[in-house]
Amino acid sequence: MPEPHEPAEGAIAGTGAGGAMDLAASEATTLTPGQQGGAGGPGAGGPARSLWSDAWRDLRRNPVFIISGLIILFLLFISLWPSAIASGDPLDCDLANAQKSSSPGHPFGFDGQGCDVYTRTVYGARASVTVGVCATVGVALLGSVLGGLAGFFGGVWDAILSRITDIFFAIPVVLGGLVLLSVVTSNTVWPVIGFMVLLGWPQISRIARGSVITAKQNDYVQAARALGASNSRMLLRHIAPNAVAPVIVVATIALGTYIALEATLSYLGVGLKPPTVSWGIDISAASQYIRNAPHMLLWPAGALAITVLAFIMLGDAVRDALDPKLR
Amino acid sequence: MGRYVIRRLLQMIPVFFGATLLIFLMVNVMGDPVAGLCGDRKCDPATAAQLKKEFGLDKPVWQQYATYMGNVFTGDFGTAFNGQKVTELMSTAFPVTIRLTLVAVVFEIVIGITLGVVTGLRRGKPIDTVVLLLTLIVISVPTFVTGLLLQLLLGVEWGVIKPSVSSEATVDELIVPGLVLASVSLAYVTRLTRTSIAENRRADYVRTAVAKGLPRRRVITKHLLRNSLIPVVTFIGTDVGALMGGAIVTERIFNIHGVGFQLYQGILRQSTQTVVGFVTVLVLVFLVANLIVDLLYAVLDPRIRYA
Amino acid sequence: MATEDPVATEAPTATEAPPLLEVRDLHVEFRTRDGVAKAVNGVEYGVRSGETLAVLGESGSGKSVTAQAIMGILDIPPGRITSGEILFHGQDLLKLKEEERRKIRGSGMAMIFQDALSSLNPVLSVGDQLGEMFTVHRGMSRKDARAKAVELMDRVRIPAAKERVTQYPHQFSGGMRQRIMIAMAMALEPSLIIADEPTTALDVTVQAQVMDLLAELQRELNMGLILITHDLGVVADVADTIAVMYAGRIVEKAPVHEIYKAPAHPYTKGLLESIPRLDQKGQDLFAIKGLPPNLMNIPPGCAFNPRCPMAQDVCRTDVPPLATVTYEGLTAERRSACHFWKETLRG
Repeated sequence: MPEPHEPAEGAIAGTGAGGAMDLAASEATTLTPGQQGGAGGPGAGGPARSLWSDAWRDLRRNPVFIISGLIILFLLFISLWPSAIASGDPLDCDLANAQKSSSPGHPFGFDGQGCDVYTRTVYGARASVTVGVCATVGVALLGSVLGGLAGFFGGVWDAILSRITDIFFAIPVVLGGLVLLSVVTSNTVWPVIGFMVLLGWPQISRIARGSVITAKQNDYVQAARALGASNSRMLLRHIAPNAVAPVIVVATIALGTYIALEATLSYLGVGLKPPTVSWGIDISAASQYIRNAPHMLLWPAGALAITVLAFIMLGDAVRDALDPKLR
Repeated sequence: MGRYVIRRLLQMIPVFFGATLLIFLMVNVMGDPVAGLCGDRKCDPATAAQLKKEFGLDKPVWQQYATYMGNVFTGDFGTAFNGQKVTELMSTAFPVTIRLTLVAVVFEIVIGITLGVVTGLRRGKPIDTVVLLLTLIVISVPTFVTGLLLQLLLGVEWGVIKPSVSSEATVDELIVPGLVLASVSLAYVTRLTRTSIAENRRADYVRTAVAKGLPRRRVITKHLLRNSLIPVVTFIGTDVGALMGGAIVTERIFNIHGVGFQLYQGILRQSTQTVVGFVTVLVLVFLVANLIVDLLYAVLDPRIRYA
Repeated sequence: MATEDPVATEAPTATEAPPLLEVRDLHVEFRTRDGVAKAVNGVEYGVRSGETLAVLGESGSGKSVTAQAIMGILDIPPGRITSGEILFHGQDLLKLKEEERRKIRGSGMAMIFQDALSSLNPVLSVGDQLGEMFTVHRGMSRKDARAKAVELMDRVRIPAAKERVTQYPHQFSGGMRQRIMIAMAMALEPSLIIADEPTTALDVTVQAQVMDLLAELQRELNMGLILITHDLGVVADVADTIAVMYAGRIVEKAPVHEIYKAPAHPYTKGLLESIPRLDQKGQDLFAIKGLPPNLMNIPPGCAFNPRCPMAQDVCRTDVPPLATVTYEGLTAERRSACHFWKETLRG
């Protein structure tokens, strides 16, 4: 290559190399972290603690978090004590009242069986929240343990697990539910939860595997390894605290989608079954009367939408707080 | 590139067999596979045994699976509950669902990307907030609720569409069902495009394009969009498989006789051959869609070269 | 053009040529959630055709923001030009419509950025990115533009230009990429080039080659060059004039050889003393004490006073004007914004 190159030997500037360092060096010696616009930088101090306390400080000031958090607290409250705000019995129905719209004492009207829609909507929260919470806990535990171990140890187990997750991803969820749950006769929530854990764990497993692999490459984890930390100590003390954040975010958002999935399965007739009170069952039943009595559809559907929305917004807010880069 | 395709095809093989075996086992748990074959009556034990032998159902499950797959590879997907060939059902059902999916994908591309670009360029403005809120609502309301509501409003109240789709299922009949099927993905496409545009808008190469004196329109279409749409295109590609599998809810609401309808019937009548056959094809569609997306990625982003 | 007599293309001396670009009392601020950052606070400088002005300063001194304001590529909002004039060929750019300014960008003035890898579009071939200048500004056909692109790549001495024109930025080495950036800036032979740290991201061995190429093309085309840098080594080789910036103001402006002989501002002096020198091996490197100023809260008086070893009471109250510096033997204009420039000059 015909590169014209003349070594610059100015008495003061020295070579280009020496000169290039001057201001950079003086900057480096005078900069303190506080000068960087308070970014602080995750991993600058204690790796895990500062991340969580920073996130919590952000969350407390985020109206989206506060609103969705309040909705979720309210939902938890009415699923534990529905009778606190609904005095009636969701199964106490009178066919004479079927499809009637709202009347004093029955603000949401009656459904096709003559049951009080308000009472059923309040009592329906329990099934949705139970399915959502239990399925999420199951998926998060199974997925993060399997994914985390695969990511940490790598090798042949990782390859096998990756193929297994691929298999589960290839099966359409609603179809799988339709096939598996169509034989179930139990009218409890457990088959539905079991199905969701069975088909849901690969999603979390992928996330956990990825974040464990990322965390494993962090300098301080390498340092711990060099200092002879045992595998279990590294996993629990150094890797897990860093890998858990993305799992929590995805799981929170997934919780909302599990609630929606339960309703969808119930609508298709394979989810929860009466006498369990569930928004999905009520929406499904209401769809037959949609022309004459749309109120039967709107109340449980509205409750369902608000619940799903609350969990998705909560997940969004937590992600924003945990990942400052996304802002 | 050629070697990469071959490696990916080889990787698909265990996934394909794993997924179909899983479905095969699930369907076997589903119940008595010959129950639907004698019409509405319950089969008498002798006929049942005869039928079981005829279909090879007295053999162990793994052998049944092997036989079934062997048949599938010769193009024989077996017989449905009413004596119709499963392949016949497929030839009427898949065109309908493919049309429905195409309508949905067009919605995702046209509406989703447009909204995403508009909001990504106007981050924090009122229109951005409104669209963002709308996408959250669409994501939160399950598809079957959206579908029922649209059917109620457009079909029953305002009479804009027919509440249920005819058996021809022409494209214009499928517009509203396609929108319903697309709704959740559409919201995701909007959000993904928005994030991607907003991220790339501050990129150095966009600043260079402006400094070159290019008109704003060209900066956006040629430089900003070209880069921002890479993740969006891959999302839509992988979504094709998911849409076809998820069409079951939409098809049920609008009474569309597509894949979902046949599957639903198959499950109701416990027709193992129908269910396994349709799911096998859906799994294949999903895998091929993913492969195409991976290859598309390399076309769109020259930095990625598969060896 | 390369065969011309080098004497004929010699830069006209500062006194006779009309100014190509003149920045007058430019103020730029950024409105953020946390407050208003005053990035540029009354910058004045000018460049003539064929002249190289080096703008020197730490990050945050406002040197890049000034350049972006000249090019018209500031992010507005959050940025805002609150006052000032930018005269280009005697015309105030700030009074022009956006469409008129766009036409000047690329053809009248062009910019070279620091990191060529991120500044070039990763998914378009370099031929497309170079050719774009001709199709957009000159209305050329794609085919002609492609031929021009190859010509340009030859001119910045990229080997096998014809074959490489279809390649993508990531397929080139760092030095070659920066040559492509230079080629892109030179494409329409603008009268002014702004180079923002053009060699900082490069390997040391490549830096000099790229800088020489830039200087050579500048001589050939008789362009004005604003070289933004924090690299005093680069400056000594190529610059005619140096402007030192601190907290959004010019604190010293002088012909390059004069400033190295004797700085007239304590900040410049600190910068020069912090260069590692071979004849002082083993000694501690000098560093300017204290922190760069917070642009949301610039100290009253001279912005440098908290870090200045010579600061007096007057420095904490009165903003020093950019005064003319005179002394025996000085032939060109020289200025310093220090109350005590005479004392500083004496050392």
